[in-house]
Amino acid sequence: MASPVKVYGPPMSTAVSRVLACLLEKGVNFQLIPVDMSKGEHKKPDYLKIQPFGQVPSFQDESISLFESRAICRYVSEKYANQGNKRLYGTNPLEKASIEQWLEAEGQSFNPPSSALVFQLAFAPRMKLKQDMGVIKQSEEKLNKVLDVYEQRLGESRFLAGDEFTLADLSHLPNTQYLVSVTDKGEMFTKRKNVGRWWSEISGRDSWTKVVDLQKPPPPKSA
Amino acid sequence: MAVLKLHGTPFSTAAMRALAALYEKELDFELVPVDMKAGQHKSEAFLALNPFGQVPAFEDGDLKLFESRAITQYIAHEHASKGTQLVSPDPKKMTILSVWMEVEAHQFDPHASKLCFEHVFKKMFGMTTDPAVVEELEGKLGKVLDVYEARLTQSKYMSGACFGLADLHHLPALHYLQGTSSKKLFDSRPHVCAWVADITARPAWAKVIALQK
Repeated sequence: MASPVKVYGPPMSTAVSRVLACLLEKGVNFQLIPVDMSKGEHKKPDYLKIQPFGQVPSFQDESISLFESRAICRYVSEKYANQGNKRLYGTNPLEKASIEQWLEAEGQSFNPPSSALVFQLAFAPRMKLKQDMGVIKQSEEKLNKVLDVYEQRLGESRFLAGDEFTLADLSHLPNTQYLVSVTDKGEMFTKRKNVGRWWSEISGRDSWTKVVDLQKPPPPKSA
Repeated sequence: MAVLKLHGTPFSTAAMRALAALYEKELDFELVPVDMKAGQHKSEAFLALNPFGQVPAFEDGDLKLFESRAITQYIAHEHASKGTQLVSPDPKKMTILSVWMEVEAHQFDPHASKLCFEHVFKKMFGMTTDPAVVEELEGKLGKVLDVYEARLTQSKYMSGACFGLADLHHLPALHYLQGTSSKKLFDSRPHVCAWVADITARPAWAKVIALQK
């Protein structure tokens, strides 16, 4: 049996959790290796060798070393095409084209405003950084426009790329999870009928439930 | 055989990205102009092709696609045997290509496209470049280019020995920025400089630029 793949980074990182969701969907055994970002471990020379931009996650299996969460997800989906969720990355070129289109839409249109909101509303307070109200307002406006497009799309199609849950939907899980569970912006998703229905379905998947569990801080050690 | 159609304007960086792929693959296609000044990209007819109201949009018979990087990937795989090889049939090489395509999309482009906006597009819309914003963006892009410099010391192109999509995706922003003061970011890094000179000199790229005349 193949040794577990390695994922470097904290599970609370949106990009790390994107990769974990994919590994769980594909039933791939993994080892999660902590990277202490509060101590700057991700900017040290040893880490920069595997991820030159000093970001998480990075990934290794016996044949390759990778970074960029969406590239890692594509790799895992291709390499393990015949196990776990076999529809995750499409089974023919037309399906794949649609998945790539919505994966790019996630990366280019959904991710920038949603990440900015996640940082401002979920992380900045924890890190005791001052929130930028201008960025919050602008990001909310942009995200609302994107979600209007999604609302229309998800009225025509069960999932973004078609009738099956794919990488395109999965890629949205991390940012949306934060927005819905720890900020007051969750309504942006839940008040839209089709987006709300879609969020409920994709976040209710076993794989995502497990990731959310991994993101919870460990219980305090008993005295 | 179905006609390939690209809807857009040859001045849009995203449309130029798709055009580059079409020319590299030596494919026959029709460039359907979209009058963005007149708001045509927000018309109902165009929104049926790209619900985000952005160019480009692509048609291959019944298949409709948007997002330039999804379009280039579709073209590269679907027409693998024609023209320039832009992706790799080798899974490991394709994976490395995929990593550096993501790098262009998420590390390079966010800063490069904002710089293009400051220097070039603002002027087109009668607005003035903000030097403070330019300086901040150059700082950020410079850090990315430091990684590129180290990378291009290891290999001639982004993903290895051959030109591919990971290089091609950079062309539109590089083209615009080479005509601005931010050119210094590329000139000051020898391997990046050589790479920029190499890829912008490709005949297929010259065909894209010719469309702007």
